[in-house]
Amino acid sequence: MLTKRTKIASGGTRLAKALIGVSGGAMDRRTFLRRSGIAAGGMTAASALPFGMVQKAESATPAAGAGEVKLIKNICTHCSVGCTVTAEVVNGVWIGQEPSFDSPFNLGAHCAKGASIREHAHGERRLKYPMKLVNGRYERISWDQAINEIGDKLLEIREKSGPDSVYWLGSAKHSNEQAYLFRKFAAFWGTNNVDHQARICHSTTVAGVGQTFGYGAMTNSLNDIHNARAMFLIGSNPAEAHPVGVMHLLKAKENGAKLIVCDPRFTRTAAHADEHVRFRPGTDVALIWGILWHIFENGWEDKEYIARRVYGMDEIRKEVAKWTPEETERVTGVPGEQLRRVARTLRDNRPFTIVWCMGATQHHQANNNVRAYCVLGLAMGTIGVSGGGTNILRGHDNVQGATDMGVEPVTLPAYYGLTEAAWRHWARVWGVSYDYMVSRFKDKKLMETPGIPESRWFDGVLEAKENLEQPDHVRAMIFWGHAPNSQTRGPDIKKAMEKVDLMVVVDPYPTASAVIPDRKEGIYLLPAATQLETDGSRTATNRSLQWGYQIFKPIFEAKPDHEIMYLLARKLGFADEMFKNIKVNGTVPVPEDILRELNRGALTIGYSGQSPERLKLHMAHQKDFDRTTLKATSGPCAGEYYGLPWPCWGYAQHKHPGTPNLYDTSKEVRDGGLNFRAAFGVEYKGQSLLADGVYPKGAEIQDGHPQFTYGLLKKLGWDKDLTEEERRTIEEIGGDNADAVAWSYDLSAGIIRVAIKHGCAPFGNGRARAHVWNFPDPVPLHREPLYAPDRQLVAKYPTYADKRQYRLPVLYKSIQDKDFSKDFPIILTSGRLVEYEGGGDETRSNPWLAELQQHMFIEVNPADAKRIGVKNMDDVWVFGPENNAKIRVKALVTERVGRGVAWMPFHFAGHWMGKDLRSKYPQGADPIVLGESTNTVQTYGYDSVTAMQETKTTLCRIEKA
Amino acid sequence: MARMKFLLDAERCIECNACVTACKNEHEVPWGINRRRVVTINDGKPGERSISMACMHCTDAPCMAVCPVDCFYKTADGIVLHSKDLCIGCGYCFYACPFGAPQYPQAGNFGSRGKMDKCTFCAGGPEQDNSEAEFRKYGRNRIAEGKLPLCAEMCSTKALLAGDGEVIAGIYRDRVVNRGYGSGAWGWATAYPSGT
Repeated sequence: MLTKRTKIASGGTRLAKALIGVSGGAMDRRTFLRRSGIAAGGMTAASALPFGMVQKAESATPAAGAGEVKLIKNICTHCSVGCTVTAEVVNGVWIGQEPSFDSPFNLGAHCAKGASIREHAHGERRLKYPMKLVNGRYERISWDQAINEIGDKLLEIREKSGPDSVYWLGSAKHSNEQAYLFRKFAAFWGTNNVDHQARICHSTTVAGVGQTFGYGAMTNSLNDIHNARAMFLIGSNPAEAHPVGVMHLLKAKENGAKLIVCDPRFTRTAAHADEHVRFRPGTDVALIWGILWHIFENGWEDKEYIARRVYGMDEIRKEVAKWTPEETERVTGVPGEQLRRVARTLRDNRPFTIVWCMGATQHHQANNNVRAYCVLGLAMGTIGVSGGGTNILRGHDNVQGATDMGVEPVTLPAYYGLTEAAWRHWARVWGVSYDYMVSRFKDKKLMETPGIPESRWFDGVLEAKENLEQPDHVRAMIFWGHAPNSQTRGPDIKKAMEKVDLMVVVDPYPTASAVIPDRKEGIYLLPAATQLETDGSRTATNRSLQWGYQIFKPIFEAKPDHEIMYLLARKLGFADEMFKNIKVNGTVPVPEDILRELNRGALTIGYSGQSPERLKLHMAHQKDFDRTTLKATSGPCAGEYYGLPWPCWGYAQHKHPGTPNLYDTSKEVRDGGLNFRAAFGVEYKGQSLLADGVYPKGAEIQDGHPQFTYGLLKKLGWDKDLTEEERRTIEEIGGDNADAVAWSYDLSAGIIRVAIKHGCAPFGNGRARAHVWNFPDPVPLHREPLYAPDRQLVAKYPTYADKRQYRLPVLYKSIQDKDFSKDFPIILTSGRLVEYEGGGDETRSNPWLAELQQHMFIEVNPADAKRIGVKNMDDVWVFGPENNAKIRVKALVTERVGRGVAWMPFHFAGHWMGKDLRSKYPQGADPIVLGESTNTVQTYGYDSVTAMQETKTTLCRIEKA
Repeated sequence: MARMKFLLDAERCIECNACVTACKNEHEVPWGINRRRVVTINDGKPGERSISMACMHCTDAPCMAVCPVDCFYKTADGIVLHSKDLCIGCGYCFYACPFGAPQYPQAGNFGSRGKMDKCTFCAGGPEQDNSEAEFRKYGRNRIAEGKLPLCAEMCSTKALLAGDGEVIAGIYRDRVVNRGYGSGAWGWATAYPSGT
């Protein structure tokens, strides 16, 4: 027997075999992948991996008698939980990783990505040098040549077509300082065509929740979930997307909290739930109204809370009355009895927290979805309390921060918008004249017009010129930390990439942008450093800022993003103005200085108190913070909340401790308490928008009130509390109309200081809005997806009429009117794998992760598989309804998806409609694992408010390959 | 003396594979060798559970019993280790092990087995603690540094526990108690499948 060869890696162990027996012969995903790993692809990848890594570490092992071991803390770059990474570094070489037990967020834990993050320091598959596409091949060039050639081309485009013909696509992977600098860069270039991943991640949340409560962010924190008595997850799969977050969920569950997971898939999170509600993709509003129907029917809502703190609930009641159990089941597929049980669980287990992610937000009507969830929380009185709230888990490690820094076509940093007042505010902070800023733009109108969103940049290239609300097409595309395969309509993206004059990719990896277009020239690749190679702060999903320290110097010829921004700004001729307040060491701007500048201006959301010194102190004293409340109980940070979660009112010297839970009236504002923001006026159609007799503990105004201005302070007689200097600053800013200067424009922060001194929230004390009159659907309505599976339901719940949005026409009805359901009978949705992240270029290049997931696949229900004639692990073609798109992937036959629904992960790229593009990558920089992108077959559909792309509900056809 | 053990809390494991990559990271384990792996049963169905598996450092270890060259030895903490110098790569231990722990690098062109490799409980091998020779053959020796296995220390949900059997059993017992009695108790559904 010993002479017989055994394929060890095939999982042919006794245990695995025995367990396959247990699961009834069906293949689990792990076995599936392990076995498919034996196939040619896996072996190629394996043989392509020399044992070089082992040798590298050998020479650096501490036993080799090197130097002293230094421990350096940074933050994991893979998701928004904000896990601290503790690196052991010897002589500049990262030799080991230790668990970070002191961090209140991760308590030492990591997921597969965080536990393998040290591989970035090996970086064998990194983009190593600046490169240029010459005659279809990537050639190494110098940084000088790259910056000069790119700069010349950009200036030429600017000359001929105006600044709006260059699109600046930023990144949720940037630190706060880099994101802020990037937004500032676009402003100094003179365009609002700037955006980043938040557009296709949580833009609908930010808009929907912001318009309901006042701030568009996660209200509480993962730690605060310990206090929840029930957890209501919808379109969220933290077991794969935020694994360390699940630690906090399970902690609550073990304290007796009920876990309810609503998802079309039986996710790995659902496997740990008390209740899994499987519903049809794209019917979130119907599902929530179906639950609220039981609540209203039985009078289980919190009537006093609604009367005092909510506007417009009566309008909701009218809509909810239509969603009887029968109608809800017809639309969502969920039996009425189950929803009654869910409603009862929520009634009996308050406070409950509501958690959602991209399953909720990536729909053409997603602003309705997120507002419906908010309404559920408001109806039950669980918003603004510990253990409750809407705990919206963000995706990338700094997508919250980059959103806050306004890397968006609709606003300047900190949600000031694009009004003249906003521009004047930031010009003041930047130390340049308003007229200079105007001179950078084509005209004042374009300066105040939202740009093209990231989800549709390619429509800015392809759309007929007469349909564009800007002088010319997008002619240069800058991908500054962005994977193109995370966007839908792959074939249109390819077309646009081939049409633009210039493409620049600034990234640690070449990304799929380097290989998708069939071009001979006109692409530059610039190697950026990861966050592990630089200093800076990033904002975790719960609004806490954490300072990360450089673990190792940028490898190969990589440079940190802020240095590349400086080099380019210098070439383009506005570096002197742009870096007026920021010290530049050689060519590297100092991150601390950038943070200080943004602190000074970002008053609206309280990004003003988090000075670099305070953030560094928090990192040094992590162990002093409580794991549930996040409050430091001892040490130099005593009384402060970990990472000073925004709003951290006023400036650092005002010592605000941060706000752990938004809108929580049980604390004083000076201790992190709040109320709903009065952001929508004082009344609407005769109804008051101000809170009724609800106020934060210790407030001197014990009722609703509008936001604070200099004028309001005077009326209250509180202006005498302002110092002379504060008064002078306010009067200088206000000029003839100083009374109108609001707290958020007062660069002395005096108004904020005085309001808080009297116990009041600077932004006023208003009601949450269940009815958002300025949105297309003031009361959230169910609308069938554009690619709809059921024509009868389309007739009853149609989508919007076609319209214009963000400088472009946008289609709704004209797509939904066509019946695709005959040729494309299966609903297609997409999601996350734990091993990979985002477009996956970074993680698929990491051998420790790549080994675990070697093939792109599609999950198909056994009943559908039988009908199609497909067996597990067969190759299949997946056809999409647009552009004759098709992709070749493996079939994973599983009950995880329901009948008529298929699911694909979205992290793969490098194959295009059956063709392997490996040879097109720069030599040595191809990710280990390549695969088809689900977004090649994903289709049209954009949110009616934010232009969020629809990735979660479309149609497809599956055939055996 | 402590008796080192692994304990996997299946109610907490979410198959995130942090244990797998933490192991690769700590010991620079090459592609194709998995000292630890996560196995999922009832994948995609109600009742789905995952467990992380590696060498369990058995008290009466079958690998030790069958090894023809007697390359295994046991530390005072109850950790089962082996000498790669003595190992002849025969694969007997692979047959004997109920957990599929022993791994073999494919060294040559004909798929011939190399020296056996397995989880060391982060305790290295017979060479001098934390020497370069030890690192080359077995990876880091965290036990000698006074630390516990990294897979458990980095587990995303604290499902995988490693350490003195008494201590981790205590942690686990507390959790079971916390989870409650009656139908909330761990294992209730197994003991009373009708759901009473």
